[in-house]
Amino acid sequence: MKELELIQQKALAQISSAVNLVELDNVRVLFLGKKGLISSQMKNLGLLEASERPAAGAYINQIRNTVTSELEAKKFELELEEERLTLARDAVDVTLPSRPANVAGLHPVSRTLDRLNKLFASLGYEIAAGPEIEDDWHNFEALNIPSHHPARAMHDTFYFDDGRVLRTHTSPVQIRTMLEKKPPIRIVAPGRVYRCDHDLTHTPMFHQIEGLVVDENISFSDLKGTVITFLNRFFEAELDVRFRPSYFPFTEPSAEVDVKCVMCNGAKCRVCSFSGWLEVLGCGMVHPNVFHHVKINHRKYTGFAFGMGVERLAMLKYGIGDIRLFFENDLQFLSQFHG
Amino acid sequence: MKASISWLKNFFSIDLPIEEMISRLTMAGLEVDGVENASNEFSDVFVGSIQKVEPHPNAEKLKVCQVTDGVDLFQVVCGAANARVGLIVPFAKPGAILGKDIKIKRAKLRGIESHGMLCGADELGLADERTGLMELPQNAPIGMAFGAWLSLPDQILDIDLTPNRGDCLSLTGLGRELAVLTSTDFHSVPHRVVNPVTDEILSVVLENPEGCPIYVGRVISDVDITRTTPIWMIERLRRSGIRSVDVIVDITNYVMLELGQPMHAFDRNLLDGEITVRFAEEGETLTLLDGKILILSSDVLIIADDKKPLALAGIMGGVHSGISNKTTTIFLESAFFNPVIIAGKARRYALNTEASTRYERGVDWRLPQRACERATELVQEICGGRPGPVVVTEVVDALPAIKTVYLSSARIKQQLNITLETDNVCLILESLGFSVSIVDGGFECLVPSWRFDVSIEQDLIEELARIYGYNNLPISLPAQALSMADIPETQTPQARLKAYLVDQDIQEVITYSFVAADAQKSLGDGCNGIRLANPIASTMAEMRRSLFPGLVDAVRYNVNRQLTRVRLFEIGQCFVQQNSEIDQSEYLGLAIYGQAEPINYTGSRLVDFFDLKGFIDGLVQLNGGKILEFVAGVHPALAEGQTADIFLEGQHIGVMGRLTPRLARDLDLPKPLYLANLRLAQLLNGQVTAFKAISRYPRVTRDLAILVDQDITWNQITEVVGRLGESCIQSVDLFDVYTGRGVPDGKKSLALSLCLQDRDTTLDDVAIQGMVEKVIDALQSCLHAELRG
Repeated sequence: MKELELIQQKALAQISSAVNLVELDNVRVLFLGKKGLISSQMKNLGLLEASERPAAGAYINQIRNTVTSELEAKKFELELEEERLTLARDAVDVTLPSRPANVAGLHPVSRTLDRLNKLFASLGYEIAAGPEIEDDWHNFEALNIPSHHPARAMHDTFYFDDGRVLRTHTSPVQIRTMLEKKPPIRIVAPGRVYRCDHDLTHTPMFHQIEGLVVDENISFSDLKGTVITFLNRFFEAELDVRFRPSYFPFTEPSAEVDVKCVMCNGAKCRVCSFSGWLEVLGCGMVHPNVFHHVKINHRKYTGFAFGMGVERLAMLKYGIGDIRLFFENDLQFLSQFHG
Repeated sequence: MKASISWLKNFFSIDLPIEEMISRLTMAGLEVDGVENASNEFSDVFVGSIQKVEPHPNAEKLKVCQVTDGVDLFQVVCGAANARVGLIVPFAKPGAILGKDIKIKRAKLRGIESHGMLCGADELGLADERTGLMELPQNAPIGMAFGAWLSLPDQILDIDLTPNRGDCLSLTGLGRELAVLTSTDFHSVPHRVVNPVTDEILSVVLENPEGCPIYVGRVISDVDITRTTPIWMIERLRRSGIRSVDVIVDITNYVMLELGQPMHAFDRNLLDGEITVRFAEEGETLTLLDGKILILSSDVLIIADDKKPLALAGIMGGVHSGISNKTTTIFLESAFFNPVIIAGKARRYALNTEASTRYERGVDWRLPQRACERATELVQEICGGRPGPVVVTEVVDALPAIKTVYLSSARIKQQLNITLETDNVCLILESLGFSVSIVDGGFECLVPSWRFDVSIEQDLIEELARIYGYNNLPISLPAQALSMADIPETQTPQARLKAYLVDQDIQEVITYSFVAADAQKSLGDGCNGIRLANPIASTMAEMRRSLFPGLVDAVRYNVNRQLTRVRLFEIGQCFVQQNSEIDQSEYLGLAIYGQAEPINYTGSRLVDFFDLKGFIDGLVQLNGGKILEFVAGVHPALAEGQTADIFLEGQHIGVMGRLTPRLARDLDLPKPLYLANLRLAQLLNGQVTAFKAISRYPRVTRDLAILVDQDITWNQITEVVGRLGESCIQSVDLFDVYTGRGVPDGKKSLALSLCLQDRDTTLDDVAIQGMVEKVIDALQSCLHAELRG
């Protein structure tokens, strides 16, 4: 018995002093291995009297259990320690830059057009498109701008030798749509347009979006409601909006729409040319001559159309001061519009 | 159109604050673009007269003047060369303020007391250039406040008229509008008739009445052309932006501004025979007032005498028959020219004049006679002269008709969503000059002869809305039946495709659709683009055939700004002439250049062919993974051996590859640039997934390495495996390509991974081995592949 106690003491001492898993395993083999000190005690039981065996056996088992559980506990402790060391070795500077996973951006004009398309799609408008090289009929004649109309001077047109033109506005898409579809019509037509003009405030190419609604009993008040709602949603503010009589050959009555300057809120600044108002959109009721060209009965149907410059809206929305930036494609500019 | 408030106020009877006037005009469609002062601000400036001039004792260039304001005498030191006895001048007394910064004080100039200052027109803000003292007419009221005398301070409205409102290109027109907008009476210019005192006439022949149906002429003899234009007239002209030329031209311009009738004056003695208004003969020439020689074509209306063209009708006079200082007898022209005939001609000859602007938009065809009387009255008043009878030559049938437009009450409601009282409709229209009679269900309106823009019902509705106020009209949203949109699942939304590219760190750009011809030639397929007839610059001369020129330009722009990594895409129409039609399809262009990843600490490499190819693979996977093939191709701008034609479901959709090193060098691009140009519609057109049952049995992979000839393509290998038609071969993947030690020259080693899975059973070793051998046999027999040990 005395010997067993000594074995246990020795085992527990060696377990406790083991500093790594290898040493600990050596201790296990030494005591609990097949030929280990405790295992061999078990084999010696046979030498005892039969009456002593049960008690001795139980005692040995007890010692083995104690040593085993101590071993397990120590193993867990050493493993934890080892993991801690590994992790300490693998610690990172969490402020180091990530592996690159950059997201680029849409062009701000595209981004604005997307938003415009979505706003109108939410009202049930379909998106229509048309060619950029247009014939004179779609770009002018059908829109009630005959060849010697003074309004042609408002459009500095790019021509081709065969008489075709680069479309000066997105309005020809109105014509193409009305020739193709029967009312009710609700479309927006976004796209590139071209004017022969290049200076501080004009680029020879820019973007417009055109809207057209044709149905029975469409009135000027519907046009007003649509435009006001749209402007408020686009600028995400309840803006003062005013309608001024104006002139477009393809609408009658026609209007220019101003919003209270989004930069100075009407206090008059450089952006609004010190008027307090920003001209953002042209619109009107579809002219009967236009309906005549596309063979829609203007007694039965009425309609409205509106059109606006996308760059201008983007400039106001993002505070961009120079239209030319849009087409320089400088990544310092473009990369500001992520996602 | 510029108009001064002081003049405008004569036409209606309410004193409106200027802000209010601007707002009313703008909100009625006559947009006031700007307001400027007619002069500098000044105070204490009077009409003075120089009584005595003596040399300054201490300064050669100065004079000592004695100036009277009618009551007192002031000593003023002055340096102007034109200071002389008897001159009437604006005189700023001590205490006067000129402009913002100048205050006139008593001072000693080189030892001589000076009490005030004699002013030049520039110092008062009445002229831009310095031309000595302002010389006032001898009848100027000495002692009167200078400002009050010349209606100063005054403001000038700059009104941006839309092309339909030619009737407002006169003070009469603007005044009529303002009277309506303020509900006050309109005061027109009194209509006086000047009786003839001679029988001098010049007969007029209207050869083309469709161009000129009425021509009013009058001869005035013994006109004193040496008279100067009165200062009030010069000032009114100036405030409308018209310079004084000579007294007769000034008078005709004045009548044009006042009434809206452009007029012309000929030197009667330079005219041979009678006046004919006719279309020019092809090739006839005319030397204009500004010396320019025009070669006329037969659609241009001219005024001619028996021997020569005299003037471009409604646009500009010729030099030979104009007023000169020798003129004694004038012939006044006051005519109506049809806008359709005049329109476009001024632009053709780049001669946009005050007259052409008005005639193109339409001049009141009942005005010529009245304007002629008015001009005669002014000529007589200023230059004397003996008028002959007014000769009206007209072709009544060719005159515009008085238009009658029916306006239905229901239409007003339909278009404007308001109900206007009958009285109100009549009031608005009548004040604008319409004659209105109430008829069944609406109104019958006679359109005034000055309103060329009103011919249909909607035009009248606009007039009502304009005067009623657009902002007073109700607001609603269109009521329309709900309808659900089509959303075809085969179509990838363009936004999805863009989002994919943006997520790959490829930035969208928008470049001009027109490019330089030489860039298109070198970066294109060797063909010319469609040329613009009037390009704005040689760098924007023809329409792009592909997106390459724009993208390459954008890459260069950024590389020149020190960027080493540029990845761009653009979507836009390209333009290719195909017989008589133009293909204007949309394309997607890609350009990647420089580092594959932004600078970082985990390694770096340059992008290559397969990066770009990967993006294109990804695009096709967006919509159902149609069959995409890359076939080695040839393109003039792309490097041999790194160019591919791209086929989607067997259809050619574009090209990709590396810009040739020679072009890269020419364009100063030190690193390789990879480009792609793809038809967008095909990329976006996908297919809807048809479900296939999935296998529940395990999948196994077997790797094998083979040796093949260098020129065997990966496409050939996958085709051979595909032709086996074994449904349990799920995929063949390539995981290594090797040449070098251990591989014979002319050969390459490929490491393949076969993925096998059966739908109905677990593949056992025998089946797997059989399948692998089948693949090896096929590769051996078709491609002479050898299995590597």
